Parts: sequence; structure tokens; C-alpha cells
Amino acid sequence: MNTKNLYLPEMATIQEVIEETHNIVTFRVTLNNQEAMKNFSFEPGNVGQLSAFGIGESTFVINSPPTRMDYLQFSVMRSGEVTTKLHSLKAGDQVGVRAPLGNHFPYENMKGKDIVFVGGGIGMAPLRTLLLFMLDNRDDYGKITLLYGARSPLDMAYNYELQDWLDRDDLDTHLTIDAEFEGWEHNVGLIPNVLLEIAPSAENSVAITCGPPIMIKFTLQALEKLGFKDEQIVTTLEKRMKCGVGICGRCNIGSSYVCKDGPVYTGAQLKELPNEL
Amino acid sequence: MALVKYLKSSDLKSWLAELAQKNSVFAPRYEGDSVIFAPFDPEQEIFIKNAATAPPKKTVFPQSEKLVDFKYSKDPEDLSRILIDAKENLPEGTAIVFGGRPCDVRGFTMFDRVYMSEEATDIYYKTRRDNTSFITLACDSTENTCFCNWVNSSPSDPTGSDVLAIPVGDGLLLKAVSDRGESLLTSKLLSDGESRIGEGEKVCKEAAESLSQVQDLSNAPQKLLEVFDSIEFWEDVSAKCLSCGACTYLCPTCYCFNITDETKGLQASRIRSWDNCMSALFTMEASGHNPRPTKAHRLKNRVGHKFSYYPDLHDGVISCCGCGRCIKSCPAGVDIREIVLKAIEFEPTVVEG
Repeated sequence: MNTKNLYLPEMATIQEVIEETHNIVTFRVTLNNQEAMKNFSFEPGNVGQLSAFGIGESTFVINSPPTRMDYLQFSVMRSGEVTTKLHSLKAGDQVGVRAPLGNHFPYENMKGKDIVFVGGGIGMAPLRTLLLFMLDNRDDYGKITLLYGARSPLDMAYNYELQDWLDRDDLDTHLTIDAEFEGWEHNVGLIPNVLLEIAPSAENSVAITCGPPIMIKFTLQALEKLGFKDEQIVTTLEKRMKCGVGICGRCNIGSSYVCKDGPVYTGAQLKELPNEL
Repeated sequence: MALVKYLKSSDLKSWLAELAQKNSVFAPRYEGDSVIFAPFDPEQEIFIKNAATAPPKKTVFPQSEKLVDFKYSKDPEDLSRILIDAKENLPEGTAIVFGGRPCDVRGFTMFDRVYMSEEATDIYYKTRRDNTSFITLACDSTENTCFCNWVNSSPSDPTGSDVLAIPVGDGLLLKAVSDRGESLLTSKLLSDGESRIGEGEKVCKEAAESLSQVQDLSNAPQKLLEVFDSIEFWEDVSAKCLSCGACTYLCPTCYCFNITDETKGLQASRIRSWDNCMSALFTMEASGHNPRPTKAHRLKNRVGHKFSYYPDLHDGVISCCGCGRCIKSCPAGVDIREIVLKAIEFEPTVVEG
């Protein structure tokens, strides 16, 4: 029986703050306990709880890959009390970290396959982890396609690395925004529509998608049109969470707890669960 | 043969006072119009005629408890930097709960599977659980809201207890259920109870026979999934519900909680409090999205969790102990038994063609 205190956060220091967009900030943090940092291990898709002390905790995906362990990266969209407090923090400030939590992307089953990433808005964060992990293990995978969309260029996170992704010849990157914008040289159109235009082959492929619920809904329909079967689709969900370890009882979909049994589900697994997203 | 003793009613307080010398003792007593579990006080009457208004849930799972204390201080090497020290706040001491009913105490066994699992053990819960003994009172009468017999239990079920106390004559027959229970039965106030075992069995049998007819709930898990998408069904059964949450607070098996931080000067605490799935805020996300937007969705989750999802995860065990408090205390008359039976009888509408 594991008797570690599940609720006691590790103290961590913010090493770097990156202003991504008007409402998204990325934190690069290291655990204060050097031994704990050295031994920290996780899988792509695992999440963590960040503490803004005195305010509370919220769940974020670790969006740096386990192949790059100089720091743990979290991207935080400002939307409530905890995220507003986190946005006020700067390099050198302390945060609490409870991680890793949850399951992870089934990347072992993706080896040798073509990969299609479809990310919308902050939904790009979990995809970034797996994308970088795959780029760091490039030979294990076939063709990798990325479609990343946001409302406007001003809502697009990870701007500083998008050019590199576009330039790479081992990654087929497509960017899209919802409406015309001055100076924008990439696609314009909703993600599901652009996905149908790109039309990646479903053969020997896996699609991984994350984004707002409405985008997911239509992206799943588009993937179906392209011939992707439920078991070829992987998504990662979000729910209000507190404990992060399957006890506090609020993130369940039927008998599946998103915090521990998820957040990563295949399309086939989702169809088995009651319809309560 | 397990140890069996007898205690005269007139000696009950003296016995509890003895036990209270080395432990915190909780016993049921009136507070206002309600019977609750409170620290034993020899000046106050102990009420054991019927089950208490609220179960002894809080003795192991307090309504509110500090998990972690945070202390802020300035970094002596860089005064613009705040250092934070986090300290866990683990419970101490041993406790004895006297007068919980078999349903109440069995409720903790449903907590145990969630709070003390192989993959995640809640050290706060486990510490209290390990350090709390239960002297449980078998029911000599039942109420029309009682249905422990529907959920594989009985008015004298010893599951989870250390001592089972059966009212016989003008006293209590005390049967040790665990080793820890035996060690509680050493007082000189107790006499040998062997000769009264037959009497005790009679009391238990009569109480069991006074319950309503057992209903077969074995297909409830499957039927509740089948009725999941019928929002009309859930709107109908939740129409009376006020979303007050009395059912969750009074439920011996409702274990959901919230975690919040409270700041006071240069200190803060992370606090765990009972939460209530009947509240719209329970699943409300920061984006404004709510996967359970109406009371119909929320009642569906509460009933579904107890009679379908929990059994699915825990060897078919229903996460309801049949105490009937949610029925008895519901201001609107929602009856969980009716909902489950209605779900079992539910036939989806077949669309022709």
C-alpha cells in the first residue's frame, strides 16, 4: 500500500515565464528538491496539479516531453481564480506541483504508424508533449502531420517554435485561424474543414485530437469521414478535478474517473462510456 | 467462541467514561431537534432508541479538515522572494464510536475501497480509520425508511464493527467482532453474557423480520446505464428535488469532497470539506461548461454512482447501506428506492420502422 501523502505538493520554482497569448502563459518549473527533480519520471499525456498557494490547485498537462527534463512545462489559460493567481507569478516564484497524475498517450501502440495531430487553442498543450516526444524518437513513427488551429494568430500559443515545425521536413505542419487576418499566410477556416482539405490517409494511422468540446465534436465527424475508426482516434479530456487520484468524486463519466483512468481516451473507449462530456 | 459480555443500561455511562480515559469517545445525543454523534459527556443523555439523525461519518471523515499548512517567509538571500513551507497536518489519537448502527458502520467499508486502495491511499482517512473502533448498536426495531436488507445487510450486520451491542432486557449484550473489540470488553462493569445469547438472537431475528420485503437489485447496474440517456426519466424522478444536498450530507457512504485554500496573514491552509454532487457548482468548469447542467443530470449521477458505477468498480458491492436517511430527511420526499426500482422496470421506447 502506497502511504505517500497524496495531497502534499512538491515545492517548485518557476524558472521562466513565457507570455504565449493575451490569456495563456507558459511556466517552466523545476522541483526544489534536486533529488526529486532528478528522479521525476512521467509519460506523455500525464497531468499535474499546480498550486497557487492560498488560492488553490488546478490541473494542467505537462506539455514538455519526458525526453527533455531540464524543466517541467505547463501552459495556463486564465479563466478562474487559480489561473488568475498563477498568471501573476514571475520567475523565481514558488508553486506547488503534484505530478504525474492520470494515464498517458498510448504511444507504444502508435509505433510504425502515421500520426495526425489535430489541436485547437489551448488543446495544443497536451499534443505538444507527444509531438515533441515523437520528434525526439522520430524513427519510431511514420509520417507525422500536425494541424493546429486557433481563433486568430493572436490566440496561437508556441509561436516561437511554429516556424521550426513548419520548416522541418519530417513534420507536415498546417496552421489555421477562423477568419482572415492581416499578414496571415496560412490556412483560414475551421479546423474540421481544414482537416478534410488536408485529408490525411486513415490507413495505418492514428489521429490525436484535443481542443474545445465543439471542435472535438466536429473533428471526430471529419475523422470519421476520412475513414478513421474509433480505435484509431485518441483524445484527452478535461473535467473539474480536485484530488487528481480518483477519490474526491467529481470527474467521473460513469465508472471512469478522468483524473486517473483518463485524461487520455480512445474514440472506442469513449463510446463505451455514458454520454456525459 | 467470540467473547460475549453483558452491560446493564444503568452502567452504560460509567463504561463509556472508562473507555474515554484513553480514547475520544463519540456517542449519539440530542442537539436541538437532531440526534448527532458528539464527544461523550457524562452530563448529557445518550440517545439510542432509534438511529441518529446524522450518521457517525464525521468521526472518521470530518466535515472539514486541514490537510496542509503553508507558511510564508522572505528569502533572506533575496528579500523580493517569498519562500513557502508546506506541512502535512495528520490526525492524532484514538477514538471509539458508540451507538452507530450496522448500516452506518458498514458505510465506512464503502469508503475503504476508495480511500485505501492499492493505487492511492488517503493517509488522513487511513490514520483515523485505523485508530477508530466501533461499538455498534444492533437495531431492535426498524423504520419504514430502512432497507438494509435490499443491499445485502441486516439490522445486526457486524461488518466493519469491533463490538456488536444487542439490546436485551434492561441492558446490552456485547459481542466482540474483532480482536480490537475483545480488548474493549475487559471492564469490571461487564458480566458474562453467554446465557443471554439466545435472547439476543431473538431480538435480531425480529428486527430483520420487521423490514419490508427484499427487492432484487442485481440488474440495477445495467438498467441504470440503459436509462442514462433518457433525460425524461431523470427529469421525472428529480422533479421534486430541491438540490439542497441533505441526502449527501446525511449519507454514510457519500464520500465526495472539495479542496480549498484559506489564507490568514502569512499562513494558509489547504482544507478538505464534504462536497455535494447535487450542487450545480460540483462539476462546473472554469470555462462555464458544466457536464451536469440540471438537477436531473445530478440526481442521475448520485443514483448511478451508488447503484451502478461503484458496483461496477467494486465487485458488485452497492454503495448504499440502506439506512434510509436520504428518504427520511428529504424535504421534498424524494425516495431513492423508488428511483432504483423504476429504473429496473424501465423499458426504452421502441421506435417503429
